[in-house]
Amino acid sequence: MTGLDVVFVLVGLLTAAGAVLTVTSKNLVHAALALAVTLAGIAGVFLVLHADFLALVQLVVYVGAVAVLFLFGLMLTRAPIGREALDSQNRGLALAVSGGLFVVLSTLIVLAFGDVRVDAMTGPGIDVIGIAIFAVWVLPFELLSMLLLAALIGAIVLARREDGESGEEAEVTRIEVGDPPINESDGPPAEVAGDGQAELPAGSGGGGQA
Amino acid sequence: METPLWVPLLQATVVFTYYLLLTALLIWAERRVVARMQSRLGPNRVGPFGILQTLVDGVKMFFKEDTTPGMVNRSIFTVAPLIGVIAGFLSIAVIPIGGEVTLFGETFTLVVADLSIGVLWVLAMGSIHVYSVFLGGWASNSPYPLLGGIRSSAQMVSYEIAQGLAVASVIIYAGSLRVSDIVAGQAGSGFADGVPGWYAIPLFPAFMVFVIGMVAEAGRPPFDLAEAEGELVGGFNTEYSGLRFGMFMLAEFMSVVTMSAIVVTLFLGGPSGPTFGAPEAFAGLIGTGWFLLKMVVFIFFFILLRGALPRYRYDRLMDLGWKVLIPVALVWTLVTAAFVILEQEQPGLGTDLRLTLASIAAVIVGWLLFSGREPRDAGDGLDRHEPAPGPVAAPTTDTADDGTTPASDDTADDRQEVAP
Amino acid sequence: MLSEFLPVLLLFGLATAFAVGSIAVSSLVGPRVPNPTKLAAYESGNEPLADVKNTRFSVKFYMVAMLFLIFDIEAVFVYPWAVVFRELGWFGLGQMVAFIGVLGVAFIYEIGRGGLEWD
Repeated sequence: MTGLDVVFVLVGLLTAAGAVLTVTSKNLVHAALALAVTLAGIAGVFLVLHADFLALVQLVVYVGAVAVLFLFGLMLTRAPIGREALDSQNRGLALAVSGGLFVVLSTLIVLAFGDVRVDAMTGPGIDVIGIAIFAVWVLPFELLSMLLLAALIGAIVLARREDGESGEEAEVTRIEVGDPPINESDGPPAEVAGDGQAELPAGSGGGGQA
Repeated sequence: METPLWVPLLQATVVFTYYLLLTALLIWAERRVVARMQSRLGPNRVGPFGILQTLVDGVKMFFKEDTTPGMVNRSIFTVAPLIGVIAGFLSIAVIPIGGEVTLFGETFTLVVADLSIGVLWVLAMGSIHVYSVFLGGWASNSPYPLLGGIRSSAQMVSYEIAQGLAVASVIIYAGSLRVSDIVAGQAGSGFADGVPGWYAIPLFPAFMVFVIGMVAEAGRPPFDLAEAEGELVGGFNTEYSGLRFGMFMLAEFMSVVTMSAIVVTLFLGGPSGPTFGAPEAFAGLIGTGWFLLKMVVFIFFFILLRGALPRYRYDRLMDLGWKVLIPVALVWTLVTAAFVILEQEQPGLGTDLRLTLASIAAVIVGWLLFSGREPRDAGDGLDRHEPAPGPVAAPTTDTADDGTTPASDDTADDRQEVAP
Repeated sequence: MLSEFLPVLLLFGLATAFAVGSIAVSSLVGPRVPNPTKLAAYESGNEPLADVKNTRFSVKFYMVAMLFLIFDIEAVFVYPWAVVFRELGWFGLGQMVAFIGVLGVAFIYEIGRGGLEWD
């Protein structure tokens, strides 16, 4: 076992631990953070395998963007933080599905690449990757833009103003942005809310709108 | 080829100390300069010209109470400021602060690591920094930090894209992500003798985008509105106190220094500069001097911005990032590439076309920027664009100042014009 | 190649030691005098009453994050392209123009629909 192996095992353990934490954590933001750790761990795995570019891309795209997207998404929904309201009670099924997937995938990988030996000292440089994408895999690359297009359109649809017109929408948004849930029945006592209320939407509205 | 362990250790320590010291000096310089701009004196008691003020403040901060409010998520609340500082230090790992130095028979560059994917490393650390801000806000479990955190992080990610795309045209010119290649590509003379070969000149629009982007990315005035402590309560760090607050402040000020280092390296030739015929052994040290000098210019620029400009509004900030900077950076990337290919095929075409193109683009960028400043909201929340005047004749700053600039609706059309 | 990262690791160690160490020292030497007001959420001096846990944010922020992701992926593809496009010539440029063009059209559409208006 070389030093590299040790590093690989450590990084792998970190990744696995993050993954387990992701599915077991009851707090959604904690789960998202554990996911970020997992994704960063995968970057570490790439790094140990001498795929520098891939490792950094993993860090930039997955840790830097995908996980951040999740976090923003959690802020968007009224996420029941720290509650078990979202537990679908399907643990057994989930375990079976993920276990089965794991077996199938690892078998496939071992069957497909089991006898491939990677040159441990030289990963592909960025120029090799570039030529591979832009000279060989041209069509998939262009198709990728379609995929991203679909994602973009999806986001537009999601964020669409239902009424179409901007005039009254503005007010609805104003409440959503800052929003101490004063209007909510389960909110704090309405009377005390009076003053504090007036302040908060203004300040927070400044956040979203102005 | 085997380098002894003390070399990387020395490199890491030197770089670490270098940026920590510069950050401390920046804080002092900022207080002095801004004080001057406001007809005050600024800190002048501790040490000559008060230069030790930051040190004293730092020590003081150790003895302040570091409150952890009751409603916070303790672990993340503590980790968040650490992420910012650590990512800040790591981001400059690939930036050389000087040339080659020979010490005890070992020759090495004054950089922590010259990675083959250097530029991407800087970007990656920038995106890690977002976590610090976001988590700091979220873990506070309090309305102001929550809002400030999400606004700041939205701002940071927006401008990260603009910066990343601006860097793309640098890579096009350098043909490599390795920072030492980028620095080497800018050594010597540019299109004419005596003019430095800095990428900022042929890539001026990308340079502008990057500079604006870095001010916003660092959350500095005039783009510090998410934590405008004079008007709001302080954004994502509202609930912090003591040294954990200090860590946020350190990360923010340090990002001024690191951003200056990055822009100098990518666009202004890094440590390259005339060595005045000094012997090889000292050339590296002279490079350190050049690098410091260029950085100080940018740091001073940051300070002047803070003293001189009023804050942006959040919608304008996002508009500037998404509707001006990103399209400009994208189009400029393609234009640069087209130009490089053209030059490759017809080497004679070279300099003139490049100059013309750069100046045209610079004018357009300038116009886009100033047209973005025009107050568009008439108070009723509706976007009432003035009808755009006819052909755009030599847009100047004057038009922007009297508020009759054409509305930025035209940007889309103009972008098409720039495109090849 | 991995040894390239050793100094980075050292720098990471230094930065971490500095940051964690400072906070640890500060927590040792700093005073600790909590009181209920100090431990409450700061709401400009009012009694804290905002229910942050149920706070929802404008969908615009999600929009920004989504756009960020898309353009991030785009940038990540532009980088290797920028390294090799000299060898590919006009063909390579055409690919990138098409790639960016598709996204650009969607982006312009999005702006046109007011998807990035912050009211």
